[in-house]
Amino acid sequence: MSTKAETLGTAPTEPRRIIGKRLEKKDALAKAQGRLPYAADFSASDMLYAKVVRSPYAVAAIAEINTESAKTVPGVRAVLTAKDIPHNSIVSRFGQSTDLGRQFEGTYRVLAEDQVRYYGEPVVLIAADSPEIAEKAAELIDVEYEPMPGVFTVQDAMKQGAPGVGGEKSNVVSHFEVRRGNVEEAFASADVIVENTYTVPMADHAYLEPESGMAWMDENGVLVIRVATQVIEHCYDIADILALSHSQVRVAGTWVGGGFGGKEDMTVEPYIAVLAWATKRPVKLTFTRQDSLIGHGKRHPFTMTYKTGVKRTGELVAVKAELIADAGAYVTLTPWVLLYATANACGPYEVPHVEISATAVLTNNCPSSAYRGFGAVQPNVAYESQMDELARQLGMGPVEFRRKNLIQQGSQLPHGHHYDRPVLADTVGSQVWEAIQARPLPSPRGDLRFGRGIAYSMTSYGRLMFLRDTSRCWIRLERDGTAVVRCGVPDIGGGQVSSLRFIVCEELGLGVDQVEVYNADSVLTPLAGTTTATRQLYMSGNATLAAAHELKRRLSEKAKSHLGPDIDRFAFEDGYIISQTDNRRVALSEIINECYHDGVEMYYEAQFNAPVVDIPTSAELNTPLFADYTFGAQAVDVAVDTKTGKVDVMRVVNGLDVGTVINRLNCEGQMEGGTVQNLGYALTEEVTAPDGIMTSTTFGEYLIPTTLDVPDIETIVIESGTGVGPYGAKGVGEPSCNGIAPAILNAIQDAVGIRVTSLPASPERVLSALQAL
Amino acid sequence: MTSLILNGEQWTTAVNPTTRLSAALRESGGALDVKEGCLTGHCGACTILLDGQPVKSCLLVSGQAEGRSVISLKGLSTDPVATYLQESFSRAGAVQCGFCTPGMIIVATALVKASEVPLSRDDIRAGLVGNLCRCTGYHKIVTAVEEASYVHES
Repeated sequence: MSTKAETLGTAPTEPRRIIGKRLEKKDALAKAQGRLPYAADFSASDMLYAKVVRSPYAVAAIAEINTESAKTVPGVRAVLTAKDIPHNSIVSRFGQSTDLGRQFEGTYRVLAEDQVRYYGEPVVLIAADSPEIAEKAAELIDVEYEPMPGVFTVQDAMKQGAPGVGGEKSNVVSHFEVRRGNVEEAFASADVIVENTYTVPMADHAYLEPESGMAWMDENGVLVIRVATQVIEHCYDIADILALSHSQVRVAGTWVGGGFGGKEDMTVEPYIAVLAWATKRPVKLTFTRQDSLIGHGKRHPFTMTYKTGVKRTGELVAVKAELIADAGAYVTLTPWVLLYATANACGPYEVPHVEISATAVLTNNCPSSAYRGFGAVQPNVAYESQMDELARQLGMGPVEFRRKNLIQQGSQLPHGHHYDRPVLADTVGSQVWEAIQARPLPSPRGDLRFGRGIAYSMTSYGRLMFLRDTSRCWIRLERDGTAVVRCGVPDIGGGQVSSLRFIVCEELGLGVDQVEVYNADSVLTPLAGTTTATRQLYMSGNATLAAAHELKRRLSEKAKSHLGPDIDRFAFEDGYIISQTDNRRVALSEIINECYHDGVEMYYEAQFNAPVVDIPTSAELNTPLFADYTFGAQAVDVAVDTKTGKVDVMRVVNGLDVGTVINRLNCEGQMEGGTVQNLGYALTEEVTAPDGIMTSTTFGEYLIPTTLDVPDIETIVIESGTGVGPYGAKGVGEPSCNGIAPAILNAIQDAVGIRVTSLPASPERVLSALQAL
Repeated sequence: MTSLILNGEQWTTAVNPTTRLSAALRESGGALDVKEGCLTGHCGACTILLDGQPVKSCLLVSGQAEGRSVISLKGLSTDPVATYLQESFSRAGAVQCGFCTPGMIIVATALVKASEVPLSRDDIRAGLVGNLCRCTGYHKIVTAVEEASYVHES
């Protein structure tokens, strides 16, 4: 059965027993007791250990690879180069189910062939009896590199005659535009114009669990990959690489120790798959932190030049923006990230005249790919800094100024989407501002100056509609009145599994211990799509709701003989079906047994299909892209030490219209975690790679926030009930990690009168800006 | 050959004394509750109690633990403070991906026990500074430890 979004996206009015409550998720205690296995905790008796040999150069031709000495080390079972892999390079469509043309494709290469394009690019794979032997063999690999000139900034990469990173003449790999009205005429009519160029750095996900997995050939000759991943559907990519049929590769996902987009592309899968296929033995690979930092895709660095014009009375008249993204050395998910950034470039504001030009460029840096906030986070830094500057120059309050310009239900978004759902951005912003203002800022003392800032955010949830997204969930009712759920959703720590459990409990009137959820297996559970794009609650939540509804319908039919014909008045509570007409009740298990007896199927698999639109046919966007957005506002108080340039966030408020809370602990948890991840982006986090050689390869150089870098977090959870997820829920995962960074920049401006336009706002940057005053 | 007391029981391992202690505990000692997050001492996921003191086991080689007591999280399964913390972490929503949690609870257990008065949120933040978490933003972790400290000291 397929179900459209509209039929499920309404908020029921009856009181709920489970949904919205502050309930523990079932995996939490097991994790707290150290009992829950992660990918690195699995092993097999005859297992081999893999090692990836990486390039020490950012750009070099590979003249020769000599593996002979490595192969002679006792205990070495395989040493593989690109030529040993059936399809070393594949055209990856990155999980899309339909052919979208070249703009949305890219090369996925397991190992470098005749050339390396970035520092740390994998060149040789080793499998050995122990990690030490694999390490020793790696040292004996002799690769003859011929270093070549490369490009490490987008500016250099776009120059005439620049070296072609991907072998093509131009390094431009993606381009989108938005045009509305006439910006030049509009600027001529503007009273105040603000122009700035903003840069945001390459950033790492820095999940605590390094990438890990184990692969083996099972007794039927099926290649099984047990791996920490956000995307079990990479089984198809692995099949393509090894020239196996799709039914011969199985990915069994584990509980994941954090993802944030960094386990969205393949990580260890191709390496262990190829080695297990070659050796016919189980092969395990766990990245070191250095492997992780060097070896997976990053958040795209962007350079964003904005010109924003406004009337004296506060109405925006025009936005002109040029966005340039550093794609790194391979295309990966760059076109999609760029598309998100283009569509998000104006934020949640009504702008009559718009001109956006967005370009992504290959360089010889680490590939950029998916990261929580996926193209929404970068322009948010720019447009919210612009809004703050404009409000200052107009002498208006930040909330008042934004209120004049926010989109409303029925607004036409610049990229051509008639947005017909309620927009509570002003409600959220007003409440967030009121909350931060509840306590006054301290007066200056010593070298410390204090400031307050706010930013708004608008973040999509659910994938691009032209990707024709789907999810599936299967539920079976047992004779004793409990339920088993199978759904392919990978749980990366956000409570993805527990949300489905809570939905089934709510619908069927079961206790949280009466539902078991089995997840994340590409063969044994129905495919639910990726745990990315803040889509699982929306997509798999709706699929789960649909499956539960169908089982309820069957049960209700059967319960008629006990409770009368009025099935619309049947409630499922505490193991009973109850007629709300006369309070007659019958045990759920009794009705289930009657269904079994009569041959009524007590299992059901539902598929949820997201609404679809046509694929954009030109670089100039003029179609809706997303089903819905989550609106938020974020405010902070900062202390700036004018002697050292250090910025401390003293208070932070993160507010979102979440639609409907499914689990209050998980919802707040997303908002708190997202707050701190975006705070790190603002103040300390930056992948550094002079001339492409990454130097931030441990947590000693890549600085994520500690307990002492962040204050307590105040969350404001608004429930409009207007989302397209189950019960009217919106998505919170990515929206939680937006808005904090510009709020901090705006607070720094408020404290010391400087506009920091480059992240991170490190002590060095702040101090040099102060000295330039 | 290294001999030590692992979770209260005498344990002798044939692994090389220069093997990283966290690796020896996981791969030879079966202590999979010791998580390896960075191998450079920055993240704290591998924290154990060495003679009762929290240390990052990735920074030691197994030979350094010769003859000493090593306690991983599962060695605290009857410890009232640790078990309270496990429940309070779960109840407070302080566990998301959970990879940092065993190390957090080891440190929090030592922190709560070392204080004679209920810990303030600032005390707790100072005590947990060596343990990174990327999911929670720390707020609910501090709350979980605060609750355990309050119950323990009163």
